[in-house]
Amino acid sequence: MRYKLLTAAFAATVALNVAGPAAATDLEVTHWWTSGGEAAAVAELAKAFDATGNHWVDGAIAGSGGTARPIMISRITGGDPMGATQFNHGRQAEELVQAGLMRDLTDVATKGKWTEVVRPKSLLESCTIDGKIYCVPVNIHSWQWLWLSNEAFQKAGVPMPKDWNEFVAAAPALEKAGIVPLAVGGQAWQASGAFDVLLAAVGGTDAFLKVYKDKDAKFAAGPEIGKVFKAADDARKMAKNTNVQDWNQATNMVITGKAGGQIMGDWAQGEFQVAGKTAGKDYTCLPGLGLNEVIATGGDAFYFPLLKDADKAKAQEVLAETLLDPKTQVAFNLKKGSLPVRGDVDLNAANDCMKKGLAILAKGAVIPWTDQLLSQDSQKQKEDLFSEFFAKPDMTLEEAQKRFADIIASAD
Amino acid sequence: MSKSERPNQLFRNLNAKIASIPMVLTALVVFVGGTAWTVLYSFTNSKLLPRLNFVGLDQYYRLWATPRWLISIENLLIYGVISLVFSLVIGFLLAALLDQKIRFEDTFRTIFLYPFALSFIVTGLVWQWLLNPDFGVQGVVRSLGWTSFDFNPLYNSSIVIYGISIAALWQGTGLIMCLMLAGLRGIDEDIWKAARVDGIPMWKTYLFIIIPMMRPVFITTLVIIASGIVKVYDLVVAQTSGGPGIASEVPAKYVYDYMFFAQNLGQGFAASTMMLLSVMIVIVPWAYLEFGGRRRV
Repeated sequence: MRYKLLTAAFAATVALNVAGPAAATDLEVTHWWTSGGEAAAVAELAKAFDATGNHWVDGAIAGSGGTARPIMISRITGGDPMGATQFNHGRQAEELVQAGLMRDLTDVATKGKWTEVVRPKSLLESCTIDGKIYCVPVNIHSWQWLWLSNEAFQKAGVPMPKDWNEFVAAAPALEKAGIVPLAVGGQAWQASGAFDVLLAAVGGTDAFLKVYKDKDAKFAAGPEIGKVFKAADDARKMAKNTNVQDWNQATNMVITGKAGGQIMGDWAQGEFQVAGKTAGKDYTCLPGLGLNEVIATGGDAFYFPLLKDADKAKAQEVLAETLLDPKTQVAFNLKKGSLPVRGDVDLNAANDCMKKGLAILAKGAVIPWTDQLLSQDSQKQKEDLFSEFFAKPDMTLEEAQKRFADIIASAD
Repeated sequence: MSKSERPNQLFRNLNAKIASIPMVLTALVVFVGGTAWTVLYSFTNSKLLPRLNFVGLDQYYRLWATPRWLISIENLLIYGVISLVFSLVIGFLLAALLDQKIRFEDTFRTIFLYPFALSFIVTGLVWQWLLNPDFGVQGVVRSLGWTSFDFNPLYNSSIVIYGISIAALWQGTGLIMCLMLAGLRGIDEDIWKAARVDGIPMWKTYLFIIIPMMRPVFITTLVIIASGIVKVYDLVVAQTSGGPGIASEVPAKYVYDYMFFAQNLGQGFAASTMMLLSVMIVIVPWAYLEFGGRRRV
């Protein structure tokens, strides 16, 4: 009986898959954009793709990228590939490409002159393996932002800080007013990301690249990075009363004025928008923590698994072109709160913070992000270290820095 | 007659044997085969995809040098001792109390067993709120006037594993109680009568007569509790997701995180092999004593 049921279930899934392709080609696209603003942004992509006469089958996977990626990867390696899938561009899909499971998009890219329109160049570089292009970057998300609550600083009676150092100096006044100076959620990636932002801001661009790109362990153990750990120690002390887990709960503390600020990527902007807050009036953003105005070019990209079906393969090409279309880029990124990957699009509707980001991008002050530089393995070890560091006040700076240098030494 | 039956041992109960072939194959291929495969690949440097590129014991050296793994092991030991001791003691006490021919026994039994109907995920979420300093127990007691009352295990690195153990005990003790109660009911009334005639106090009867007689029940219970300890994962994910920091990590979570988040299969396999080894160290001597010994008698 059980086996019969099982076969029936299998038959049903097969039937569903076969029933898929009708007149217009259906293409299943998996992604992990499920929050309100994200879903609205993805709907723009679907609309644009449907307009080409094909059909976007939405395969949203709830939970964060950490939950979604294993599902996507097991579908691709297990022989049930989707039409296209989101990854953070960089090294997350590297091995899938090397195993020959992903589609080479070089032809489409040459036709669309991607190398000319996509900026900054590092975006396309991280889609390129052995001279072939395997993914379409769709947006730029940068981590380098300090979001400050104007209300909190008014309540504490201190002027709005202009950079990280002033923020640290204002922390005692905030604490006295019953405000948590810095909100850092309990999820491991938040602590690790905050440290990376501090490294680029306090240590500078060169130090950031020396550690994460050249993997110079000796430098990572040296005095310059020691300064960064000193700043991380400040952050740890300022964040000790946060007591929330998710990043958006931490952002919410800033929105409601319970916390002075948060180091978080530009996706936090969506939360401020949903709460009806205005940049400059209710909240202030400091790119690069006000110390080193750079933008990391992390973000999302779409990868296309190798498919046997010729119709679907054709539809993949159409989707790849649609994603980089100027109109799609604007519509998508305005809803997403991220920056477009093309320099030649018009973003008048962008708010103050996004404009600041665009200006930095135009200046070319960009750095690659850890997703592009480190393997997931090294990233995870880093997350373990910093989540422990932020949660354990008695962990010494020397110990933390030594372990950090060890991770860098074995990083790949 | 017996002479003609002996050689046909293989064909006795043929139907039953044929019927069990799928399960035997499943056990061999999925369990034994999967285990062997995992152990083999734990000696490779497989990342996202399994690759046969041997690196000797490197994965194990790295594993035992990783602070998170050491914390996980320590947590598992604390959690294991607590849940073993307390669920046995509390479970047995509850069962003994229920066995005193009290009124509304069914009602009490249902209440105590009820948490077991919840999954670990739900249990974890419920206790996450109960132990939340602002909304849970601490918040309630403080709002009653004891403003200095401090009970905040989930956000304190040094005691967070006890906060998780509380939730596990709340969920699991009911089942242990039921098993114990079944065991107690299996004891002949005459034993009690005999003990009473001899004037043995009740606690002594329990300790020296009833408990030794309940050995099989205790062994079943022990196996159930022990397997629950080693595989604890969902409770931690729901309650603290390993936090604060990495203070409440457990081995099963290490395996999952490194296999799927960190895309490092080799490391995850090495960790799961260590888990298997630890289970074997406990199970093998016990199985030998339990089954090997009996055959000789």
